[in-house]
Amino acid sequence: MRIQDTRLTPVFSILGLLTLWVVAAFLTDDAQVLPQPWGLFAPLQQEVASGELFRHLGATLLRVIWAFALAMGIGVTLGLAMGRSERLNAWLDPWLVIFLNLPALVLIVLCYLWIGLTEAAAIIAVTLNKIPNVAVVVREGARACDPALDALSQVYRMPWRTRMRHVLFPQLAPYIAAAARSGVAVIWKIVLVVEFLGRSSGVGFQIHLYFQLFDVAMVLVYALSFICVMLLVEWVILQPVERHVSKWRRA
Amino acid sequence: MIKVNITSKSFASVPVLSRVSFEIAKGETVALVGPSGIGKSTLLRILAGLDMEFEGTISRPDNQAFVFQEPTLLPWRSTLDNLRIVHPKLTSDHALEMLDRVGLSGKETLFPGQLSLGQQRRLSLARAFAGAPELLIMDEPFVSLDPETAKSMLAMTRKLITETRPATLFVTHETIEADRLADRVLRLESGPGGATLRT
Repeated sequence: MRIQDTRLTPVFSILGLLTLWVVAAFLTDDAQVLPQPWGLFAPLQQEVASGELFRHLGATLLRVIWAFALAMGIGVTLGLAMGRSERLNAWLDPWLVIFLNLPALVLIVLCYLWIGLTEAAAIIAVTLNKIPNVAVVVREGARACDPALDALSQVYRMPWRTRMRHVLFPQLAPYIAAAARSGVAVIWKIVLVVEFLGRSSGVGFQIHLYFQLFDVAMVLVYALSFICVMLLVEWVILQPVERHVSKWRRA
Repeated sequence: MIKVNITSKSFASVPVLSRVSFEIAKGETVALVGPSGIGKSTLLRILAGLDMEFEGTISRPDNQAFVFQEPTLLPWRSTLDNLRIVHPKLTSDHALEMLDRVGLSGKETLFPGQLSLGQQRRLSLARAFAGAPELLIMDEPFVSLDPETAKSMLAMTRKLITETRPATLFVTHETIEADRLADRVLRLESGPGGATLRT
């Protein structure tokens, strides 16, 4: 049987999407509604030259990093504790269900109302939106941990840190990786909403501004620029880390 | 000296063990036999401190080792790390020497998944003896091995026990294993209130 080389498939897939965009822009025939891909070069150049693009990308990225770190830290701890303790799970599971079903917008608005239109409120709102998802995924991981390895660490009286580092976290790694990858994607979208509603910097703020001016090209410039940043994070950080921790599976 | 005095152990309302008491002296090897499902593994888990929900008393040293029915290794850590993580005071040289003694020389960088079942069991054995345990517990350590590998593992275990001299309790269904390793045999038999011991 011939083994197919799929390395170039993603490139062709992206080219297909671009073609679709070109055709749609051609059929629309109105650059104000949907400009051609090459129609974004001029506004992009303008934003890069003025430094505005990097300033706003930086502001959004900083918020994403803060919210991601907090949501992962709290979510992993909570999920691990709930997965290991039936009693704690019985207490906290209803909270998790409530927060999972609370619309992101409600949490954002409430945080702004209670804390004020501050940076802290924005980050807390995003973090609170993401914690339940991380906790649910990691809880499943904690429940799936091998009891034989627990027995091993108990019999040989492994210190707590050794247990965590060498026994528990390697088992949780696929779940943490899944939560992290979906987390990054969701967090940056929520950050944009937070910026849209109550910040004076960031990609979401710029999109809000150009939405009011009905400047589709600028909206696309900012959205696509940040997608590029997130793809870079995925390729340069997340995928190599995932490859490193799952090295033993491919050995 | 290991002292076991269990008066009762049950799972929910189902009695498993009743009146099980015995002692094992330093350097003594005891085989535990009995039909499947009678509570042999439960007794081992109680002795190891993995199951604390029983009535009775156990006296055992802190420095113990357990050879599980399955090799129970850390699949994400190398063969060498599997020894050194469990025994952090073990030097690299000593760990390599231990691997050499169980026939795993040159395999130190491999992950457990790259070893055969026989090699994994030998690694599990090396891990148990690397800490020079005062109490060694083994739950059918040679099960599901081919006769040749089981025979060499048995000889290896016997040699290591002779050198380390822990108090050893092991479960087996094989008479040959009990004959070759054990100084005496304990037999678990079913009774009305749970299994009891016949020496």
